[in-house]
Amino acid sequence: MAFDKMELRDIEVWDGNFAAAQALRQCQIDVVSAYPITPSTPIVEGYAKFLADGYVEGEFVMVESEHAAMSGCIGASAAGGRVATATSSQGFALMVETLYQASGMRLPIVLNVVNRALAAPLNVNGDHSDMYLGRDSGWIQLDAYSPQEAYDLNFIAFRVAEDHDVRLPCMVHQDGFMTSHTAQGVHTMDDDTAYGFVGDFKPMNDMLDFEHPVTHGVQTEEDWHFEHKARQHNDLMTKVMPKIQAAFDDFEKLTGRKYNIVEKYDMDDADVAVVCMGTSVETAREVALEMREKGIKAGVVGLRVVRPFPFFEIQEALKDVKAIAALDRSSPNGAPGMLFNEIAGALFNTDTKALLSGYVYGLGGRDLTKKHLTDLYTELQANVDAGKVLTPLQQFIGVRGPKLAFL
Amino acid sequence: MSEMKKIKNLKEFSTSADRFEGANLLCPGCAHSIIVREVLNATNDDLVLSASTGCLEVCTAVYPYTSWDASWIHIGFENGSTAVAGAEAMYKALKTKGRLKQPDRNPKFVSFAGDGASYDIGFQWISGCMERGHNIMHVVLDNEVYANTGGQRSSSTPIGSSATTSPAGRVSYGEKKNKKDMVAIMASHGIPYSAQVAPNKWKDMVKKIQHGMEVDGPVFINAVSPCTTEWKFDPKDTMLLTDLATDSLVFPLYEIIDGHELNITYRPKNVVPVEEYLAAQGRFKHLFKDEYKYLIKEWQERVDANWAYLNRREEARV
Repeated sequence: MAFDKMELRDIEVWDGNFAAAQALRQCQIDVVSAYPITPSTPIVEGYAKFLADGYVEGEFVMVESEHAAMSGCIGASAAGGRVATATSSQGFALMVETLYQASGMRLPIVLNVVNRALAAPLNVNGDHSDMYLGRDSGWIQLDAYSPQEAYDLNFIAFRVAEDHDVRLPCMVHQDGFMTSHTAQGVHTMDDDTAYGFVGDFKPMNDMLDFEHPVTHGVQTEEDWHFEHKARQHNDLMTKVMPKIQAAFDDFEKLTGRKYNIVEKYDMDDADVAVVCMGTSVETAREVALEMREKGIKAGVVGLRVVRPFPFFEIQEALKDVKAIAALDRSSPNGAPGMLFNEIAGALFNTDTKALLSGYVYGLGGRDLTKKHLTDLYTELQANVDAGKVLTPLQQFIGVRGPKLAFL
Repeated sequence: MSEMKKIKNLKEFSTSADRFEGANLLCPGCAHSIIVREVLNATNDDLVLSASTGCLEVCTAVYPYTSWDASWIHIGFENGSTAVAGAEAMYKALKTKGRLKQPDRNPKFVSFAGDGASYDIGFQWISGCMERGHNIMHVVLDNEVYANTGGQRSSSTPIGSSATTSPAGRVSYGEKKNKKDMVAIMASHGIPYSAQVAPNKWKDMVKKIQHGMEVDGPVFINAVSPCTTEWKFDPKDTMLLTDLATDSLVFPLYEIIDGHELNITYRPKNVVPVEEYLAAQGRFKHLFKDEYKYLIKEWQERVDANWAYLNRREEARV
């Protein structure tokens, strides 16, 4: 049995889900073990259709839950082949146990996470609660802001995850509906070029090599557990970023599309900066340009790599600004937001005098409007002018009722 | 199809090349290791194995050691069946794509799990594997209790058993509900083969395992595994307990083909009263108080009824 190649136009009109499905097709996954959930469902539906139409050769296992989906991925990956799946929200939450197991077992699975809010109350729309839930799970996390990036970053994900120096699973995030269901022009690669970028899967410690039996998923207690976790953290801290950068460099050579660990827009001379992720980056860029017309030197920093956290890249990106807003699209539920904390941690002990404030926005798919961002940049400029943060350190924006602010 | 391993006698069987090493941390007298060796020794084919979290897993793969001379994986408590199903899917994919390193092999995919990991927490995962038709075998090491965590009741724990979360006490006789009929539930998925086995009846075991490994599709095996620690008997008496389990018909040995055709595979020449089976175990000790003796009678009636039911099903061929 063989599979057919697909003729693609140079630019296709794809939404983020279909872009991800096309990337999975071009990477020729050996096993997809999946369970449907809104808004990521079309990724696995797309993959199933490619299989049904003879564009993919491999096994598609439609299991009975997301936990089983990742469990199947782990078994398949340990057996020795290319493995991917997709999920969102509650499904992601159900997977959490196995996410830690996949990374601890050093299995290079690629998981497309179409970001969606976490219940309760139940909500199908996009925020970053699921992405934040995964941030300590030992996975690499890449964030796409558009269908184009959802397509491109899948190739980066396989390239990095499957590198024998890395051997860690990788998530590719995109915003539910805003990216996943919004069709845009996507520059494509032809099938051979795309597959050539990720290359053939090279197995390691594969269970299907019967000449070399291997034991996966052992027990370690206080004698060895710490060393295993420390090694995994070490590899995330020291090995992953250079591999991501190298993959970005090669990808740029191949396609002309340039990615950075931290994406900076108008940051060269910026006084005030917004740090955010996902589709908000694009909105913030547009508002930043408008602010510049009003005389406020505004910039935007987007995280392309969420984990490992780009500590030094964030330091560098923000070293010259005077005020920073950290935008978290997940309720911190009793703490400063994750981005606020990470940025504060990165900038502490540096020479910066930048004023940092945090904003929680967009929960459950609530729009982040240009007005929100205009007001926000204006507040940042006021902070700069006053030489101190005039607002509470944590503000909820776009929520009904009296202004909600803390700290 | 691989050639069926021929086993002449118990000595030959028990001295087959071990892919499960004696170097493990299981309790002396634990039936798990006996069952695992019997399953593994039934075939010469390559194996891809899993263990769900539990006694077998924590006692056989403690880093940096392993007791397994075959490919083996553990993920979690509930998903050992799906781990092996994932590996089986990868085998099929790589076979189709011509990427198997040893394409001439005929590997068997087997997951081992306790009753807690099968009847309770892993139930959904196993059901999914059975429904989807993976070419795997799931073997339950059924000791009717969460032994690894110290003896809590599972849905396999039988009536009257004293477990730590259903203890016998001044006003309680212990577990109040009878065990789930897991073999029937699994057979009702329409799988090609499901069976109950016991380590003492090793010829019956080998026949069933070999048959299960040759059929195309998922196989469910429930193996009685007397637990010296939680059933409370002397470690030297494991096989005696297993004999009592099969010969009292508390654990009847049978198979179900294609989800409906039931065959009883062992008919004890001398059926032992259930009371003897219960009396041999500390977990049922309190049943012998006067106020609970009616439960022993009920036990016997229940076992008799089940045996009659199995016989009726066998006779009816449905």
